[in-house]
Amino acid sequence: MGVNERAQELIDDFNLFEDWSDKYEYIISLGKDLPEMKKEDKKEENLVKGCQSQVWLIAEQNGGRVYFEADSDAIISKGICALLVRVFNGQLAHEIVGNDLSFIDKIGLKEHLSPNRSNGLVAMIKKIKTYALVYSNS
Amino acid sequence: MVEKKTVFNLRDDFPTLKRKVNGKPLIYFDNGATSQKPSSVIERINSFYQKENSNIHRGVHTLSQEATSMYEEARNKIKSYINAESEEEIIFTKGTTEGINLVASGFSRKILKKGDEVLISAMEHHSNIVPWQLACEFSGAKLKVCSINEEGELDMSEFESLLSEKTKLVAVTHVSNTLGTINPVKKIVELSHKLSIPVLFDGAQSVPHMKVDMKDLDCEFYVFGGHKMFGPTGIGVLYGKKKWLEKLPPYQGGGDMIKTVTFEKTTYNDLPYKFEAGTPNISAGIGLGTAVDYLSKLDWNAVHDHEKELLKYATSEISQIEGIKIIGTAAEKVGVLSFIHKDAHHYDIGTILDQLGVAIRTGHHCTEPLMKRYEISGTARVSFAFYNTKDEVDVFISALKRALKMIL
Repeated sequence: MGVNERAQELIDDFNLFEDWSDKYEYIISLGKDLPEMKKEDKKEENLVKGCQSQVWLIAEQNGGRVYFEADSDAIISKGICALLVRVFNGQLAHEIVGNDLSFIDKIGLKEHLSPNRSNGLVAMIKKIKTYALVYSNS
Repeated sequence: MVEKKTVFNLRDDFPTLKRKVNGKPLIYFDNGATSQKPSSVIERINSFYQKENSNIHRGVHTLSQEATSMYEEARNKIKSYINAESEEEIIFTKGTTEGINLVASGFSRKILKKGDEVLISAMEHHSNIVPWQLACEFSGAKLKVCSINEEGELDMSEFESLLSEKTKLVAVTHVSNTLGTINPVKKIVELSHKLSIPVLFDGAQSVPHMKVDMKDLDCEFYVFGGHKMFGPTGIGVLYGKKKWLEKLPPYQGGGDMIKTVTFEKTTYNDLPYKFEAGTPNISAGIGLGTAVDYLSKLDWNAVHDHEKELLKYATSEISQIEGIKIIGTAAEKVGVLSFIHKDAHHYDIGTILDQLGVAIRTGHHCTEPLMKRYEISGTARVSFAFYNTKDEVDVFISALKRALKMIL
């Protein structure tokens, strides 16, 4: 599945939720299921700046595809990491760069794009896209 | 104790408290960040722009003269409210931060020399740390920091021992924004004055909870903002003893702060205008005057009792929740309750509470060195105003329990 299909799958999942608590419970459960990042990778240089919680993100490329690993000390942030990993992990670098992020709005997380939320969603996406951009040029 | 009816009546004065957030009635427990505004303040600002808008201090026309007298009347109200000696001691600023920067800038240029010291405390807001770091960097003076105990109280014996002939200023918060601690301000003044050291208090968090009296307190500088004391944003007050304000050089140059300007030499205006360069936030100044009118009518003993009761109740309720630790347990506190949970991140708690209509603050509260002192990354902070109620505390506690159930 490409970025758009994965994003659509996520939108379909979120459409099933009736209220905010279902949505947050789902995000939290995604966060709990996301494997913990190795301790040695949780270092300063992998920190995503601009988050009230600590968020770490690492990436590597293989055959034009970019693989992400992310973690956070706050469970909602970690759940949001999991969402992004689900959409972008293993995708082609140029597809990641080209994604318009409209799925964030469609799953009802647009409010989290406000810098005031300081959950780092914006910073996380920026870092994901930067990695992809670097890899698509290399 | 304020009768429930009284508190309820006060709530009616604050339109924001009537709104819903995420479909739930708003419970506003973020008063430490900013307070809500009574209708009288909102209407006052509105009416200024509807009918009275003009610039102050220069116009010969009627509108300008009216605006000038309203602005100056606001200064006068503030002077009386904090019991200052004269209007010359009331400098309008943008807020607390600017007030501290003004004093720090003046001290760094005129008073501080290499080897001098400025004494602050471990519980200061960044606004009462960074200006002094800048001042010290500029002048070669040294910043000294008085520690606190586990409860969040100043170590007064250390404080006393840090005072010396090198100390040129003591700059301490009256009330801690993160811990709620009320510092022993009179004792601080007494100890500092023994060595003729001037004292500045950061009053940002005290003025929403108590009346302050400059003659009684006898400090040299007292700084606060309008927006935490039920007034507008963008306006604040620096109180300074005349003698000290005269010693300090102007902060910024521009209109209003001058007497005469020639290319060779400019002479500065008298106090308080010497420190008020440029067109000020006129509507906010007048609005702050109205906020002071509102506060002047409150029964402060009743407010004090009510807030104390709220804090006691919330503290006892939250303490019963497993895994919660309160940060800041000083004997003398205002209605501020900072807490952490052993397994739940403050960010997660704040996010879920928001969904339930409860507004609190999470993070380091601009007190990173204090967080380091407690070896934590941040707290969730509940901060009350007199319009909050026990019923709201009940809703908050059940919302917190629900949040923890979801998170853990």
